[in-house]
Amino acid sequence: MSRLRDWWANPWGKPRFLILFTALYLVWSIVPILIAIRFSFNEGRSRSTAQGWSTRWYTGDPDLSVLHDPTLSTALLQSMRLAAIAVLVTVPLGLALAIGLTRWRGRGAGTARGISLATLVTPEIVMGTALFLVVVHLLTFIPLGTIAQSIGHITFSLVFVVIIVRGRLLAIGPEYEEAARDLGASPLQALRLALLPMLIPAIVASAIIVFAISMDDFVISQFLSSGTSTDTVPVRIYSTGRSAPTPAVNALATLTLGFTLVVALVGYVLWRAVRAARGGTGSAVQEFATLDAEPIR
Amino acid sequence: MRGKSKGGDAFWAGLALPGVLWLCLFFLLPFYVILCVALGTVDPIFQTPQPEWNPLAWNTRAFEFVFEGLFTSGAAFQTVFVRTFFYVLIATALSLLIAYPVAYFVARYGGRWKGLLLAGLIAPFFISYLMRMLAWINLLQDDGWVNDVLVWIGILDAPRNWLDGRASSVILGLVYGYVPFMILPLYAFLDRIDRSLLEAARDLGASPFQAFRLVTLPLSIPAILAGIVIIALPMFGDYYTPNLLSGSPQTSMLGNEIYLYIKGGQQIPVGAALVVVLMLFLMVLMGYYVVSTARAQRRLGR
Repeated sequence: MSRLRDWWANPWGKPRFLILFTALYLVWSIVPILIAIRFSFNEGRSRSTAQGWSTRWYTGDPDLSVLHDPTLSTALLQSMRLAAIAVLVTVPLGLALAIGLTRWRGRGAGTARGISLATLVTPEIVMGTALFLVVVHLLTFIPLGTIAQSIGHITFSLVFVVIIVRGRLLAIGPEYEEAARDLGASPLQALRLALLPMLIPAIVASAIIVFAISMDDFVISQFLSSGTSTDTVPVRIYSTGRSAPTPAVNALATLTLGFTLVVALVGYVLWRAVRAARGGTGSAVQEFATLDAEPIR
Repeated sequence: MRGKSKGGDAFWAGLALPGVLWLCLFFLLPFYVILCVALGTVDPIFQTPQPEWNPLAWNTRAFEFVFEGLFTSGAAFQTVFVRTFFYVLIATALSLLIAYPVAYFVARYGGRWKGLLLAGLIAPFFISYLMRMLAWINLLQDDGWVNDVLVWIGILDAPRNWLDGRASSVILGLVYGYVPFMILPLYAFLDRIDRSLLEAARDLGASPFQAFRLVTLPLSIPAILAGIVIIALPMFGDYYTPNLLSGSPQTSMLGNEIYLYIKGGQQIPVGAALVVVLMLFLMVLMGYYVVSTARAQRRLGR
């Protein structure tokens, strides 16, 4: 107790107000989620009071559990499907765009970079409306549902790949390719043999980010959904969050969170490994945390 | 600079081409379609919008309707617009008050705990926004834990209905939802501030607080502005937070109006015109962001 008093009274220590403030922030930020997870294991139907423990809302209940209610299980599958498509298409597309825009010194490069940055600052409701109207009125061969939703996810996640890969490219500099070119490599060979291996950590990092923002997306998925069968988890949470009679929606959210965290964690471990193999130094978690902040640099 | 860059340039441009085409097709073209729908007509029988592709035949009825609603005092659009502005203003200010101290602490004093603290700051990025709202729906129920605690402490005499048309709940939701997106950019910036500047200030006789006020704070103004833009833009288009945490017309924001007109079906051109007006309003903020980013990148040597 007296140690605590000394710590508080010591004028040379760390700023105690900031320690307390940060601790409170973290508690405020995390605890509501833990409580929502706890309610998903309720034995009873309440989503606001603790009522024993069970996996009833995951698998047990024959009609209303995530496993047995098709509107819930299809939402989880749809979220996973869209995230997989988004990662598989966006990462190569964004990689080529980032390399091209960074190395190409023509006048169009600046404009194209401006357009890709504009997607980052366009509110989702604007992009959602725009894509919805274009699919309904102009590109009518694209049906609402999985295809339109995939196009939306690719469009808004492209810029993240561009930012991450471009940041890495600027750090690498042009010397390696120039050396390769001087030694007789074609542009394609220089790209494949000199540049791509150095970009692997950035590629893995952008795959994780694209996956996470695709899983998180709500507005685009809702605007471009064709109905219940293509609703994603966030759309399902939105439409039943207020009215749901049981904690099954909490169970759905918890499962999705678990899936997202496992994939992100595996990705992170992989990223740390390739980063170390490529000679990355310094705190890995710190570098990873600032990836999202890259846009303001 | 390089003799062989001529052939290389075409190669690099070709590499960028698929992505550029993608953005033209699914980002730029859709904006033209919004305009054509907003400036088009409505089928008299089926009430479906008829986009007008020819700019010479554009018809401004939907815009007139929107502007009339925006500039008539007491009209629905104006009320909603003013409300949206104040919600975003308050939520952004509160977010900054929370984000700056947290980012500053982790950047300056994180020490050996930095990794763990950062993991805590990144965690919300991997938890769906909607799940985070769901958590508050659970907590703010009539028989929820927030009411339990407030009644137990004695602040409230009886449980309060938090989820029915309360501005405070909506603003709490906005702050809770968006503050993580402000903390990380601020952290990344504060972490890069050169400590020798602070040491110099201290050597010259500044108190720790003076060093903060005269060195750190002025240096972090670009990051503060960028953080504000990053969270204020999506807040202006938010419709799910007010809908989930209140659901009442008393707290509806601009996003709710847009959603109603676009997805509700009846007057899609009005919804499209609202989107255009929102875009023009936000253009100022976005322009600032894009220009300052480009300037910062030029400073870095490219």
